[in-house]
Amino acid sequence: MSKAKQVDPAAAAELFIIQDQIHEPMHDRFLWATMQRRNAEAAAIPEWEELREIASKIKEHTLTHLDHYLEEFEANATKRGAHVHWALDASDHNQIVYSILQDHGVKELIKSKSMLQEECQMAPFLQQRGIKVIESDLGERIQQLDGQPPSHIVFPCIHKTRKDVAQLFARTIGTDPNNEDPHFLTEEMRNNARPRFLAAGAGMTGGNFAIAETGTFMVCTNEGNADIGAAVPPLHIASIGIEKMIPRVEDMGVFLRLLARSAEGAPLTQYSSHFTGPRKGGELHIVLVDNGRSRRLGMPDFWHSLKCIRCGACMNTCPVYRRSGGLAYGATYSGPIGVILDPTFDEFKYSELPFHSSLCGSCSEACPVKIDISDQILKWRRVMAGKGYLPLAKKLSFAVAGHVFAHPEEYHVVEKAAGPAMSYAPHFLLFNRTLNPWVRDRELPQPAKKSFREWYLANRSKHGNVQQ
Amino acid sequence: METSSSNRETILRSIRANLPNVEVAHPGIRAFPRPAEGLKALFEQRLKEAGGAAHDVGSVAEAESRLSLLHPDAKVICSVVPEIAGTRPVEKLRDPHELADVDVGVVRAQFGVAESGAVWLTQEDLFVDALGFLSQHLVVLLDPKQIVPDMHAAYRRVRLNETAFGCFMMGPSATADVEATLVHGAQGARTLNLFFFVGQPRAVR
Repeated sequence: MSKAKQVDPAAAAELFIIQDQIHEPMHDRFLWATMQRRNAEAAAIPEWEELREIASKIKEHTLTHLDHYLEEFEANATKRGAHVHWALDASDHNQIVYSILQDHGVKELIKSKSMLQEECQMAPFLQQRGIKVIESDLGERIQQLDGQPPSHIVFPCIHKTRKDVAQLFARTIGTDPNNEDPHFLTEEMRNNARPRFLAAGAGMTGGNFAIAETGTFMVCTNEGNADIGAAVPPLHIASIGIEKMIPRVEDMGVFLRLLARSAEGAPLTQYSSHFTGPRKGGELHIVLVDNGRSRRLGMPDFWHSLKCIRCGACMNTCPVYRRSGGLAYGATYSGPIGVILDPTFDEFKYSELPFHSSLCGSCSEACPVKIDISDQILKWRRVMAGKGYLPLAKKLSFAVAGHVFAHPEEYHVVEKAAGPAMSYAPHFLLFNRTLNPWVRDRELPQPAKKSFREWYLANRSKHGNVQQ
Repeated sequence: METSSSNRETILRSIRANLPNVEVAHPGIRAFPRPAEGLKALFEQRLKEAGGAAHDVGSVAEAESRLSLLHPDAKVICSVVPEIAGTRPVEKLRDPHELADVDVGVVRAQFGVAESGAVWLTQEDLFVDALGFLSQHLVVLLDPKQIVPDMHAAYRRVRLNETAFGCFMMGPSATADVEATLVHGAQGARTLNLFFFVGQPRAVR
């Protein structure tokens, strides 16, 4: 068991919600608007559901032959002149990257957004060893300047207002704190980042997909920052999770049609770049990272999570995520996908996450590669309960519920009593936030005059069999 | 890394020990029916939605006057296409850092994709990759006959085994990281103007 403290997403989400009347409603509105754009793009493609099915099957096929495709990818990338490294875990990855940088005497590097490098905590590792690490994605740089991890895998600072960014930039790069115009703020960062691209001794990227057939990996961005980082410094290092393999070039058509539509409701990201060996005059290193992925492949209930293409649609559609903010999850991956990925890194630390869900199932419906996210959330709850990781409040109420549901006669008594009790109980008691945390930000429904069972017995029982 | 080969074996061994006990075949990708007509109009509409603009250009003179109309203050124009001269010859370029002050880059794309408004540019088309990304503005030439309907057709056309770099570029650089407000020119090109102009891409010549 890990020594790390349990993350408490409900408490963190409450802080996000009660801080003011601005952040949480804005966050909810932006992500829901993104989801509506996704829905419109999906509806415009007649074969959308078929594409999801094909993508899901290609990923399952690849993952069930992963050793074969990794070897094929390595052979082809090597043939094209790339250096391929294998990292067992996060510290191995960081050490490999550090050695490459040392071999080339690199003191400053410019990187584009990579959830894997975030997962490995690479930037602090390198910075502690005297290497200057600059994020080049605007949202990621904002989070770096604020000392926070990304709160969303596609929109890293979506929880911040323009005022937050203006004040952060004023504090860190010396802009006018009163100019909150996103155009101004973006321009300031462009001008701040340009010299860093030109001075960097190395550029680092992640990889959205790796194509075994050609030894190509590809990177999607809207800013073009990954491309500058790969095209300007003499050295390019890419960190790629072993689950990113795709068998053939032709398969990419399916994935790129799904990815940006699911992520942001656009047909593609502005730049979809393909790297096959080093560019003219450059040097390319690819670090293939396991960090628990091969072990996850052996978990019958959870290996499908390896199909994830990191689009974030499950987050945008999730009613719990939209109101909590991503930082509430206290982990590299937030939202529904985070709930099922994070416990594979540390079961105890992330044992509360599977309960930070309404199990509405919207995530599974939105997922472009058809991961059974909500089913996995439920399965993780069972894992946590089996290990005794439930917090005391949940243990007590679950024990009572378990007993009542197992004894129908008691259920009817409780059901009949609950309605009138709600009617007569004073509001201050029902809405006591200490006794009943559920009502902190909610209204209770009006109790029904009759239970469904009473209504059914009175109106429908002659049409069917109802056990009295 | 001296540890790499043993790491490699450890990871592959772990994968083989953990492979799910199911046989999933590659599903194959069927051909999706597409209209052969109207690709140019759809391409133009999608390019516009992506923040770019398309212009019909009939001659070299028209291309040059359109370029100076779009970028009257440009001091450094770096052109890879024979149709437009530019102010800095690319043939002598060796180091991407030499492109730091380029105002306008002029390139020719191999083909466009109607469903997105994206164009396919390779290392050979850009001459130096960085031209596509350090230039403040881009002008992209495209033969209007070279438009494929969708990404399936696009991937049948790319030759990843023949180029170290290839990019589907859809309009100019963009971000919506500050309050989900769309801003163009985040890090790459601020504008992308596409000239429909018959001709051959550099990679083919």
